[in-house]
Amino acid sequence: MDVQTSMFPSPYDLPAPKGAEDWRDLYPYYLKFQPQLREREDAKFWFCDSQHWPNPFRPFDAMTVEFAVKCLGQYNTRHLLVPPANGVDYRIHNGYCYMSPVAVSPDLIEARVPQFMERAGHYFANWDSLIENWHKKVKSNIDEMEALRFEKLPDVVPLEWIKEGRGLDNTTALIENYDRAINLLYRTWQYHFEFLNLGYAAYLDFFGFLKGELPTIPDQAIAQMVQGVHSDLFRPDDELKKLAHLAVELGVADTVMNGTVDDALAALANSEAGKKWIAAWDAAKDPWFNFTSGNGFYSTDKYWIEHLDIPMGYLRDYIGRVQAGENIERPTEKLLAERDRITAEYADLLDPDAREAFEGKLGLARTVYPYVENHNFYIEHWSMGVFWRKMRELSQLFHEEGFWPDADGMFFLSRQEVRDALFDYGNAWGTGGEWIGPHHWPQEIERRRAILDALATEPPKPALNNPPAVITEPFTIMLWGITSEAIESWVGAGQEGNELTGMAASPGLVEGPARVLRSPDDLHLIQQGEILVTPVTAPSWAPVFGKIAATVTDIGGMMSHAAIVCREYGLPAVTGTGTGSSRIKTGQMLRVDGNTGKVTILD
Amino acid sequence: MDTPYILPFDQISSADHDRVGGKCASLGEMTQHGVAVPPGFAVTTDAYAEMLEFQGLKREIEALLKTLDPDDVVNTERVARNIELRVRSHPMPEPIATAIKTAYAAMGDNMAVAVRSSATAEDLPDASFAGQQDTYLWVVGADQVVEKVRDCWASLFTARAIAYRAKANLGQIDVLMSVAVQKMVNARVAGVTMTLNPTTGDRTKIVIDASWGLGELVVSGVVTPDNYTVEKVLMAVIDRKIGDKHLELVGDATAGATIEREVDAERRKSPCLTDAEVIAVATLAKRLEKQNGCPQDVEWAIDADLPDGENLLALQSRPETVWAQKKAQAKPKASYSMGMAGIVGTLNNPLGAKK
Repeated sequence: MDVQTSMFPSPYDLPAPKGAEDWRDLYPYYLKFQPQLREREDAKFWFCDSQHWPNPFRPFDAMTVEFAVKCLGQYNTRHLLVPPANGVDYRIHNGYCYMSPVAVSPDLIEARVPQFMERAGHYFANWDSLIENWHKKVKSNIDEMEALRFEKLPDVVPLEWIKEGRGLDNTTALIENYDRAINLLYRTWQYHFEFLNLGYAAYLDFFGFLKGELPTIPDQAIAQMVQGVHSDLFRPDDELKKLAHLAVELGVADTVMNGTVDDALAALANSEAGKKWIAAWDAAKDPWFNFTSGNGFYSTDKYWIEHLDIPMGYLRDYIGRVQAGENIERPTEKLLAERDRITAEYADLLDPDAREAFEGKLGLARTVYPYVENHNFYIEHWSMGVFWRKMRELSQLFHEEGFWPDADGMFFLSRQEVRDALFDYGNAWGTGGEWIGPHHWPQEIERRRAILDALATEPPKPALNNPPAVITEPFTIMLWGITSEAIESWVGAGQEGNELTGMAASPGLVEGPARVLRSPDDLHLIQQGEILVTPVTAPSWAPVFGKIAATVTDIGGMMSHAAIVCREYGLPAVTGTGTGSSRIKTGQMLRVDGNTGKVTILD
Repeated sequence: MDTPYILPFDQISSADHDRVGGKCASLGEMTQHGVAVPPGFAVTTDAYAEMLEFQGLKREIEALLKTLDPDDVVNTERVARNIELRVRSHPMPEPIATAIKTAYAAMGDNMAVAVRSSATAEDLPDASFAGQQDTYLWVVGADQVVEKVRDCWASLFTARAIAYRAKANLGQIDVLMSVAVQKMVNARVAGVTMTLNPTTGDRTKIVIDASWGLGELVVSGVVTPDNYTVEKVLMAVIDRKIGDKHLELVGDATAGATIEREVDAERRKSPCLTDAEVIAVATLAKRLEKQNGCPQDVEWAIDADLPDGENLLALQSRPETVWAQKKAQAKPKASYSMGMAGIVGTLNNPLGAKK
């Protein structure tokens, strides 16, 4: 390659799409490539994380990348002292986020080893009890967040506050509760990474060991050896299946199937059997309907518990299939038997000398792996669900007070600007004057909305600047699956002909018609036996995995949600095809080979 | 069958291995493990030994061998030809001929059979003696079968076989031979399967060479077969290389022989196995590997006359020899970092960086 030309563009040469020229107004200074730092920033390689953040950020939502990636980093850099790796630096450019790992200077690595051994070693040695404690911390965080209230300011401070000599007004709790919500979210994200990096590290150690012993072993085979089938991530879907069976058993299936959710629940309340079913439905809701059809990182995510029509739609589909005599259960026993078979057969192929190491590393990987799967429900779904709900309540309050014309207006403000708006709200209330917000925010939000729409018209670049000769940074490889080979494939992304190549993420070979989906709101369009083609999937799409024949995604690796779900549902998957969802059209016949990672358009 | 000269495949026990040779022993073992194998019988080494003793044949061969100079190619060729001719023209003792004809008749009316040598020194894991003796395909009629059995015996004395034994220090007359008489497969597709990757020794793969018609053209390298690779544990087809299979070997019942014929343009370059068939062949080979406790080299065929699901037949299974010997060479004992030390090693040298 020409030394002068970099493999990927510099952010400084990447103009904003038309109409989005002022996008920099949306984000804080430290998230942007600063003009005076061009030399420093261009010396680094940045890859786009479109797996977690596929859409441009509303200003408020940028907090998700800030908290997530900052907290990821702190564990490497300050808690555990991972010998070769600090955290991951990140910037927003044209609405998308780009990541750049921060390496540890080679002469410092050695000195970090004993510290890492002691700190991480403590976690591995006490994994189960520490996880138990983690669940308590996360649950107490959720409870505290759930208890936060945002109440409109009254005309006067309550008389009892006067009489008890409280000496404070109603704005105090409003501001404190907002700050508390943000701080609780900050805690949530620290907890998120308390175990995750270690979990991946232990998994990668097992993975690397097997690749060393059996160099051609497929990645998916290694994943299958450690994967559980009873992950909490699949509980919401399993709950719907239980409710479907219960509806049929109690003879209330027709009532459940009828009308809106409210209609159905009202009709059910008229019979004893119906009441029994409602009790089960209510029990399932808390906590399992704290489940998003997105990935938890956007204020636009729809959570089941607030959109009961979503789980009800899946549930009705299940009832129909139960009534048709179909088996809707995930083949968990079969999957477990298959996992044992695969493990035993590969173990048989190992050198006898390597057997003990295999057992040891497999044991550790299986100990840590449930966290890697389960945390997603507790953080991205449950905690984030409560957080977004509380923030929507606050946005709604402002909306009712006239600060913005739409209920979701607050998400076009950064989290710092929301504090300003809160102060404005309390300020004029205190002075007896008039709010400025209702005169400032409506047109500003409109302007920002237009910028975001313009940003969304252009997809992100896969990366910026030049990659290092070899990717050695362990977390880039572990968490994002970015290797030198992957980068090469981005450059040659203009795949020709009727074949696409991606990662062989879940085994099997099927043919079927394609269903291209760009939004979870369109999930109901999926017909039995179709092949789901989508930029990226979320675990909460699980209910449609009972219908589809295979999955093809643009983004994601072996440990992506699509891959995990497909393996758990026994469906073929090819992930990370780069362009699948734009090249494939709904209705085209596809052949998906989850063993080789090839997708063929047959039409 | 109450004769020492014949052992049907389903009656060969492990005690009989010395009397039936490697190929028949393997066919017998597979038959008795329930593997689908074309039916047939072994003409035991007792029959061959009896033949040698009959009317002084052995003495005459020994006399001819005395004139052998294994370092002299021309001499070896001449001695070999003389012995072969001598054996081919020697009458077969009547009780043996009768036993063969009876066993053949029991297989069916004028059944087309393959007559193959099954030498006791052949196919041993450490003696790549395979293919040194003759194979006769599509033999029809009792007299023909008897003649081909004798021809197999004679093939013990080809120049190649004599030279090989001289080099390997095997006694020329001490190597006994059994002969397999086996129902002919009407092969639509046939080939060879190794339960490891023969180029890398990778035991996680099963590699299949397959071509149209009988498998002989694959074994002899006359055609470029299709080459399929299967992940052994996941049982998934991970690679398909479609060869240009310009010839096929098929049976000609009227001629009582096989003929080589051109394959039409379309079939030449199309896959000769479906994915389901690839998996079926791999499953068969994997089963044989497990049964035998070591990587196998399996010959198989898909019979055009049998229904789907019953048409895949094993023709031969023998231990793979090349990698078995390499493996036996002392390998330095590996050490593995465990626990935290392993994790530190992995973080400091992650997989992607190793490539």
